[in-house]
Amino acid sequence: MLTVDGITMRFGGITALDGVGFAVEQGTAVGLIGPNGAGKTTLFNCLTRRCTPDEGTVCYEGEDLLSLPPHAVAGHGIARTFQNLGLFQHLTVRENVMVGAHHRGRTGYLTAALRLPRVRREEARLRSLAEELLRRLDLADVADHPASGLPFGTLKRVELARALAVEPRLLLLDEPVNGLSHGEVEVFADLIRAVREDFDLTLVVVEHHMGFVMGLCDRVVCLDFGRTIADGPPEQVQRDPAVIEAYLGAAA
Amino acid sequence: MSTGELTMHASRTARWARPLAALVITAALIATPYYFAPFRVFQLTMVLLYAVVLAGLNLLVGYGGQISLGHGAFFAVGAYTAAVMLDRFTTGHLATLPVAAAGCFLLGLGFGVPALRLRGLYLALVTLAFAVFLPPLLKRFEHVTGGSMGLTVPKPQPPSWTGLAEDQWLYFLTLTVAAVTLLVVRNLLRSRVGRALLAIRENESAAEVMGVRLSFHKALAFAWSAMFAGVAGCLYTWVIGFVSPDSFSLNLSITLLAGLVVGGLASVYGPLLGAAFVMYVPNLAQDISPAAPGVVFGLLIIAVMYLAPTGLAGLAARARQGVRRCVEHLRHTRRRPEPASPAEQTGPPQPEPQPLTAPPTIGKG
Repeated sequence: MLTVDGITMRFGGITALDGVGFAVEQGTAVGLIGPNGAGKTTLFNCLTRRCTPDEGTVCYEGEDLLSLPPHAVAGHGIARTFQNLGLFQHLTVRENVMVGAHHRGRTGYLTAALRLPRVRREEARLRSLAEELLRRLDLADVADHPASGLPFGTLKRVELARALAVEPRLLLLDEPVNGLSHGEVEVFADLIRAVREDFDLTLVVVEHHMGFVMGLCDRVVCLDFGRTIADGPPEQVQRDPAVIEAYLGAAA
Repeated sequence: MSTGELTMHASRTARWARPLAALVITAALIATPYYFAPFRVFQLTMVLLYAVVLAGLNLLVGYGGQISLGHGAFFAVGAYTAAVMLDRFTTGHLATLPVAAAGCFLLGLGFGVPALRLRGLYLALVTLAFAVFLPPLLKRFEHVTGGSMGLTVPKPQPPSWTGLAEDQWLYFLTLTVAAVTLLVVRNLLRSRVGRALLAIRENESAAEVMGVRLSFHKALAFAWSAMFAGVAGCLYTWVIGFVSPDSFSLNLSITLLAGLVVGGLASVYGPLLGAAFVMYVPNLAQDISPAAPGVVFGLLIIAVMYLAPTGLAGLAARARQGVRRCVEHLRHTRRRPEPASPAEQTGPPQPEPQPLTAPPTIGKG
C-alpha cells in the first residue's frame, strides 16, 4: 500500500532522514520507534507533504505521493494526528470533526454565500457524518464544547474523530498515547484496535510507549539518527542489539 | 412544576424569542427614518454603511486571521468607481453597485496573492502601502477623478410612488444592502468554507492535512472582504454625493480596523457595534474636547479595550451570560427543597467534560 524508498531529508547541515525505506502492507499496523530526534515526525511530515524530501520516493497505492500538493493528501485517504494535538482550539468539537470531512464537501464561496439548497443538504450530510463519529468515540456530550478546556484524554479522542472524518485508508498516528496515564493508555489502545477493525485501516504509529507499540503493531521499524536500524516483527526488534543500544546507549 | 416541564417551557420561550426579537428589530429599523430628523437618519445610514465594510473586514481579520490596513483604499476604489461612472457615463446608480463590487473583488484577489506568502505584520505593511499610495494617485489622474477637488455626483432620488424623502430613501437602500451583506457573511461562515477559514486561523498545518487548500481560501477571503469594502464605498458615493482623495486617507483604514477590534473580532454583531463606534465616537470626542478630539478618541479606544478586551460584542455576551447565571442561581435557590440535581435545571443541557478515565463505548471491541 505504501512504499517509502531511500528518503533523505536535510535541514541545513543536519540530516534528519538518511535513506530511510520501508513498506506498509494493506491492513497492517506498523510501529515507528526510535529515540527523540531520530526523524520519525519528519518522516510523517514527508508522508503528508508538509516537507519534500531531498531524495527518495514515496509510492502510495501505485501513485507517486510526492507529486501531490499538500491539501490533496486527505483526498487520497491519508489522515494523521499530531504529536502535541493539532486541534482548532476555538472551534467546537463538532466543528473540529466537520473540518476533517472538508474534502468530502464541494461547497464553494458563491454557493455558500447564497446558501443554495445543495449547500444545506451538504451541511446536513457532513453534520450527520460528524455526529456518527462523535457517538462512536463517546464524544456526543461534548459536541458543542470548544476544544480548548477539555481534558487531554478527551482531546486525543477528538483528534482521532477528526482524522476518521477524513475517511482514511491510511492513518498516521504521531505519539497517540503520549501524555496519557497508564490506565488511559490501555483504554486508548483498545479504542484504536476497535477503530482499526471497523474502519478497515492501515496504521503507521510513532510512539515511545513500548507496551502500546508491541501490543498494537504487526511490524516495527526503528530509526536512529535518520537511519533504519531495525525492521521486523515486534519481538525481534525488541531483542535487536542495535535497537537496545540506540535506546540505552552502548556499554561503556 | 417538574424540572422537565420547566426545561420544556424554557425551550418553548427560546423558540419564540428569536423570531419575535427579529420581528421587533426589523420593525424598529423600518420605522426609524419616519421618527428621526434627517440628520439622525443620515447618521444611521452611515452606521449601516460602515457595518458593510466592517462585516467584510471581519471575514478577513476576525475569522481569517489576516490583517489588512488597506481597507480604506478598497472603500475608496468602490466610491470612485461609482463616482466616475455617474460623472462620465449616465449609467444610473444601480449599475454602479455590481461594477464597484466586481472591481474590488478582482483587486482584492490581486492582493490575496501576496497574502499567501506574507503573514501578520508583513501583510499589514503591504496593504498599508496600498492605502498610502492611493490618494496621491487619485489626485494625479485629474481628468478622470477630478483631482484634489474631487467629484460631485447626483444622489439616487426616491421614486415618486414611495413618497419618501431623499434621506429616507438612502437609508432604506443602505439598510437593504447591509442586511444582504450580513446575511451573506453569516452564510459563508456557517458553511464548509467558513469552517475552513477558521481552521486556517487556528492551525494552518492541521487545516492543510485535513484537505483545506490554504492558498485558495486565503486569496478568496481577501477578495470577498475587499468586495464588501467596495460595496460600502459605492454606497458612500450614493449617500454623500461627493468624493475627494482626502476623504480616504490612511486614517480611514486605521479607523476601520480600530472600529472592528473595538466592536468585537470574529463576532456576528461586532461589525454593527464597531460601525456605531466609528460613526459616533469621533463626534463625541469633538464634543468633549474641541481642542484635542484625537486624544479623547484614543483614550476612549484604550478604555474600551481595557474594560472589554474581546470588544463591545464580547462585553454584551458576557453581560448576557452573567444575567443568565444570576437567574439560574435564583431559580436554584428558590427550589432547593425539591431534591433535583442542579445539572437538570439549567435550561439547555450543558456539555459535561468527560472524565479522563471514562471508557469509550465502542462496539466490536
